[in-house]
Amino acid sequence: MSVLQVVFLVTGFVTLLAGVMVVASPKLIHAALWLIVSLAGVAVLFVLLNADFLAVVQVVVYIGAIAILIIFAAMLTRRVMTDSGPTHNPTWWLALVSALVLLGGLLALILQVPAFAQAGPTGLPLADSGLADLGTSLVDANRFLLPFEVASVLLLAALIGAMAVARPAAKPEEGAE
Amino acid sequence: MGDPFGLIGRWLMSVVTGWGLEPAAALTLLRFLGAAILATVLLLACFFLIVAERKILGRFQDRYGPNRVGPFGVFQTVADFVKLIGKEIVIPTGIDKVPYWLAPVLVVMSVVGIWAVVPFAPGFLGTDLNVGALYIVSVGAIGTLGIIMAGWSSNNKFALLGAFRAVAQLVSYEIPMVLTLLVPTMLAGSMGISAIVEAQRGLWFIVAAPLAALVFLISSVAENGRAPFDLMEGESEIVAGFNIEYGGLAFGMFYVGEFLHAFTVGVLFSTLFLGGWSGPGAETYPLLGLFYFFAKAIVVWFVTIWVRGSFPRVRIDQMLSLNWKFLTPLALLIVSLTAVTDKLAVEQGWSRVPALLGVNVVLLAATLIVLGAYGRSIRRREEQLRTAAVR
Repeated sequence: MSVLQVVFLVTGFVTLLAGVMVVASPKLIHAALWLIVSLAGVAVLFVLLNADFLAVVQVVVYIGAIAILIIFAAMLTRRVMTDSGPTHNPTWWLALVSALVLLGGLLALILQVPAFAQAGPTGLPLADSGLADLGTSLVDANRFLLPFEVASVLLLAALIGAMAVARPAAKPEEGAE
Repeated sequence: MGDPFGLIGRWLMSVVTGWGLEPAAALTLLRFLGAAILATVLLLACFFLIVAERKILGRFQDRYGPNRVGPFGVFQTVADFVKLIGKEIVIPTGIDKVPYWLAPVLVVMSVVGIWAVVPFAPGFLGTDLNVGALYIVSVGAIGTLGIIMAGWSSNNKFALLGAFRAVAQLVSYEIPMVLTLLVPTMLAGSMGISAIVEAQRGLWFIVAAPLAALVFLISSVAENGRAPFDLMEGESEIVAGFNIEYGGLAFGMFYVGEFLHAFTVGVLFSTLFLGGWSGPGAETYPLLGLFYFFAKAIVVWFVTIWVRGSFPRVRIDQMLSLNWKFLTPLALLIVSLTAVTDKLAVEQGWSRVPALLGVNVVLLAATLIVLGAYGRSIRRREEQLRTAAVR
C-alpha cells in the first residue's frame, strides 16, 4: 500500500465519519461544524486526484461561503447556545428509504461510467490544460454554455429576490420626496 | 552567487538521500521541513513586526512607542510574550471545548497558509500552485471560520455579537478582494502566483490596473480588520469583540494572526501589483530579488500602518455601504472593463498598457463624478430636513 492510498483511506474514513456526525450530533452548530470537516475531506480527495482547482473551489465555495452561511443562519435561531433537541422525528424511515433509493440510483449511474471499471481512481495528468479546458467549456456553445447561463440567471434571480425581500417597506412619512 | 536557493535545495537533498532515503521520501521530508521552517520564521518575525508597528504608530501619534525593554524597546514583544505565557489559563464556563481551542489555531493557520504560494525570489518559493490566486482566497476563508467558531464557542453574547459583526465584514469585503484579484490573473493569463510575478517583469500591474490595485488594498485592509475598518473590536459597544473570552497565549494567537496578516497584506499587494521579486538584476542575483521583495512588501505594510494611524474608525453602516454600494460595483466594473479592453487591445492591435490605463482614468473620472453627485444629493436632503425641522 502506497502512502497515497493510506492518505486516501484515512481521508475517506474521516469524511464519512463526519458525514454521519452531521446527522447524528444533537447540537445544530456541531452538525454544521462536522459538515465543514466532511467538506474539507472532499477537498483533500480532490487534491489526491490532482484536481487542484476543484479542491480550492470546494474550500472557497463550500467552506468559505455555504458553511459560513449555514452557521450564520443557525446562530440567528433562538436558543442557539443551548439548542439540543431530538435528532430525528417520526418520519425517519421515509428519509431512510429515499436515501437508499437515491444511493441505488447513483450507484447504477456510476457503474455505467467506463472509468469505474478501472482498478482504482487515477489522478488527472499534471498539467494546466485541464483547467483551461474547464474554462473554455463553460463558454463554448456546443458544450456547457447553456447550463452555465441558466445557473447564472437562476442565481441572479435569487439575488434580486433576496434584495426585494430584505428591502424595507417605504415609510409613508418620507413619501413626500 | 548564481543560484543560492537551488544550491541549498540540492545540498539538503544530497544530505537526506545520503541517509539512505529514497528520493521521493526525501522530497516529502524536505517539503515538511520547509513548511515548518517557513512557519516558524514567520511567527518569530512577528516579534519584530509587532514592535516595529507599535513604534511607527507611536511616531504617528507624536509619542515614543515602546522604549523600555532593550535598545529602542526592540524586545518589548518578548516581554509581552513572556507575560502572556505566564498568565493563568482561565477557561470560561459553558464553552464548547473543541471549537474554542481550535479557533485561534485556524486564524493563525489562515494567515501562515498564504505564504505557501508566495514566491520570495526566483527559485525560492513554497509551492507553485496553478490556482495560487484562488488558493489565497480559500485560505483566507478559513480565518473567517475561525472567528465565527471563537465567537460562538465562548458562550458569551458579546463574543457572539462581535463574531457576527466580524463575519459580516470579512464576508462582504472578500467580494471586491476576489474580484480585483481577477485583474492580475487576467493580465498574466494564469492564476499561478509565479506566473503573475513573471508577467510583471516588463511593467508592474499597478500601472495597467491602478484602480484594481486601490480596491484590492482597501478590501485587504478591511479583511485584516485594521483601522479604519477595526470595528470587529469595539470596546465601548461589544466589550472587545469575538475574542473577549480568550486569555494568555490563545489571545496572543489572535493578536499574532492580526499583525502577521498586516504584513501579509503588504506581501500580497507587492506580489500581485508591484512585481514581487522582479527588479533590475534580480534574475542573475536571486538574493537581490529577495531584497526587492521585502523592500516592496515593507513599503506597502508601512502604508497600511500609515492609514491605520490617520483615519478614524468607520461606523458599521458606513463600513457596509462602502463595500456594497461602492467597492463591489466598482470592482465589477473594473473586472468587466479590463476583460473587454484587454481582448479588444489584442484583437485590434492596440498597445495594451495605454489602453488599460485610459480605461482606468475614464472609470476614475466617472466614479468621482458619481460620488460627487451622491454627496451633493445627501447634503441637499439633510438641508431640506434641517429647514423642515426649523419650520
